[in-house]
Amino acid sequence: MELTGAEILTESLKREGVDLVFGYPGGVVIPLYDVLQRTPEIRHVLVRHEQGATHMADGYARATGKPGVVIASSGPGATNTVTGIATAYMDSIPMVVFTGQVPVHLIGNDAFQESDTVGITRPITKHNFLIKETEDVAQVIAEAFFIATTGRPGPVLIDLPKDVQVGTAKFEYPERPQIRGYKPNYDGHPGQIKKAAEMITAAKKPVLYVGGGAIISGAAEEIQQLAVKAAAPVTTTLMGLGAFPESHELSMKMLGMHGTWFANTAVMECDLLVNIGARFDDRVTGNLDEFSQNSKKIHIDIDPSSMNKNVIVDLPIVGDVKHVLKQLIPLVERADTEDWLKRINNWKQEHPLTYDSTDSVHEEGLNGRDDQPVETPKKLPLRAQYVLEKVGEATKGEAYVVTDVGQHQMWAAQWYGFNRPRTMITSGGLGTMGFGLPAGIGVQMAYPDADVVVITGDGSIQMNIQEMATAMACKLPLKIILLNNGFLGMVRQWQDLFYAKRYSAVDLKETNPDFVKLAEAFGAVGIRVFRDEDVEDALSEAMAINDRPVLMDFVIAEEDNVYPMIPAGAASHEMIEE
Amino acid sequence: MRRHTISLLVENRFGVLARIAGLFSGRGFNIDSISVGEGAEPGTSRITILTQGDEMIVEQIIKQLNRVIDVLRVVDLTDHSFINRELALIKVNANQANRQEIVQISEIFRAKIVDISPKTLTIEATGNEDKIDAIMGMLRPFGLREVARTGRVALARDFKSKDAPSPEAPESVWEKERKEITADLA
Repeated sequence: MELTGAEILTESLKREGVDLVFGYPGGVVIPLYDVLQRTPEIRHVLVRHEQGATHMADGYARATGKPGVVIASSGPGATNTVTGIATAYMDSIPMVVFTGQVPVHLIGNDAFQESDTVGITRPITKHNFLIKETEDVAQVIAEAFFIATTGRPGPVLIDLPKDVQVGTAKFEYPERPQIRGYKPNYDGHPGQIKKAAEMITAAKKPVLYVGGGAIISGAAEEIQQLAVKAAAPVTTTLMGLGAFPESHELSMKMLGMHGTWFANTAVMECDLLVNIGARFDDRVTGNLDEFSQNSKKIHIDIDPSSMNKNVIVDLPIVGDVKHVLKQLIPLVERADTEDWLKRINNWKQEHPLTYDSTDSVHEEGLNGRDDQPVETPKKLPLRAQYVLEKVGEATKGEAYVVTDVGQHQMWAAQWYGFNRPRTMITSGGLGTMGFGLPAGIGVQMAYPDADVVVITGDGSIQMNIQEMATAMACKLPLKIILLNNGFLGMVRQWQDLFYAKRYSAVDLKETNPDFVKLAEAFGAVGIRVFRDEDVEDALSEAMAINDRPVLMDFVIAEEDNVYPMIPAGAASHEMIEE
Repeated sequence: MRRHTISLLVENRFGVLARIAGLFSGRGFNIDSISVGEGAEPGTSRITILTQGDEMIVEQIIKQLNRVIDVLRVVDLTDHSFINRELALIKVNANQANRQEIVQISEIFRAKIVDISPKTLTIEATGNEDKIDAIMGMLRPFGLREVARTGRVALARDFKSKDAPSPEAPESVWEKERKEITADLA
């Protein structure tokens, strides 16, 4: 019996184990939606904007490791997915995006709602396809899932003309697709691994620099084994947060532009830097000429093109982090790092992450009212860092933390305390404002009973605020921590520090909506918090709500900066501390 | 900065050339010339790219090309023994007075006259870029009307013994021809 292209698609999704898709219908995908409404095995979440769908699929993928799936229509539906696809591509997130396309005979005619979707998405996908024959649908879907989820994962897009969805073909799902030009390699070269073990064992001042690749490959356990066995301190990138418990004595927390003083200093002083699934990003290295000058460098990465891209390394190992570490750990012996660890512990005492106590400026600017926004507050006492520490306590450090992009993101990275992989869900590479709320929805859809905390700012939340309606429709108990300083805070910080406080286009407070009323307009719960003594109560009130989102509008100090900070392109000794 | 000849074997699929060209432009790599044609095996294409950059850049170009799913093989021929050729069609102004001179120049370069009109001659020349540049240099004074060059195509040599001199290294062919041409002109 022959199936239609749309039926082949849903059957193929079932074979891939997909039970959840995020999408938005439109003219050319109506045939597909017609099949979806009679396919109870696949739940469809109707979003409010296609960008939301891609971030939801992305959040789902980051939290579960399984590919996220998106459906969008042609033209504007497809172009709306672009930011979400690029976000996933930069962070190596597995995702399969189906876009509708005008019928094959109309392609290239500037037809209604036509766009060259494969052309537009070519540089931001791992691979993409335009299917022109219904008989190719199953094969292409199998290849798409294979490519998206193996090797260095990434988004794959399939453009499906309307007539291909309507046409019929025999359905046969390929077992494991063979692609001549694509053979990802997982095991590291044994000779290189042996050398790496010798270098680690001989090091006096080693540092393990762990990135998102460790999380993708599921190597948290191996990282800990290696760190303990070699007695080597560990720092993670933003993408690597959770790959190594920050409560561990060997943890130096995050490195880079807003990393800890001790992590950046250790990287500067170390004699061996072991890069495990990171990519020497410019937000980590700063000035390349002065980056970790005195160290030998080992780089473990599944993508050969990451090797020697920014930093020339002494020993590249191409392979999957988990595979390579499993090969490596038995060969490593405990290194003599006692003095080194002592020095690092001293640095931790001398240069901890810190912020001013809020006590001294307590009542200033409050006008004695805490139930509505203050008219002209000069400086509000509440500090984002304090709120985030309390969020960490309220969730016992076990929540999925989903962030937007900006100051709140860096504070979340610094102050929440990440101990488990896949619990920090953040747009690292592309830095996409508007990611947080929809990504949080994706995470909560994957884990309905888990605590999912969206940490956002008053700028970011407004970029995809429409997805509050999606969260309501799905009855998701998201905890939205809005750190509201009335500014595009990170840009303001740069203007403050590097442009002599010439603030340009960063002031939002005059025109921000009343976020509590906004939450209520969606049917969600809104809570506003001004004072630090109200933070815990507000959080426990929010944690008790389990049938709808709660938006907590924390009105925080307006002109607070994220410290420490290494200015862009500078070296770590140029770090600015508070 | 060195020039590199990169030979690619790719799946002959929709959009593959756009993937390669987009990779170069998107990452700021140079393409000096690119030529595409069907490969030996049905369904494959051979792409030859002449590019330049320092060692780190060329290493990145090759690695990034390898990431493209439709790319089957990437070889940097530069440090290997390889044959390279380019074909050019050159339409040059000609009249009764100078036509004979142009024909002579073409003969010296082992080029062929492939079309003739009262006011033009079209010449087909084959060789490496130096030779094409040389014949174009000789013809330029007559007035070049139109030129179409294929860009470099190249294949690795299979004869790999290091001791024996390569029987027909690409430069030596041109060197040999150049000597003959110089002799002819004298």
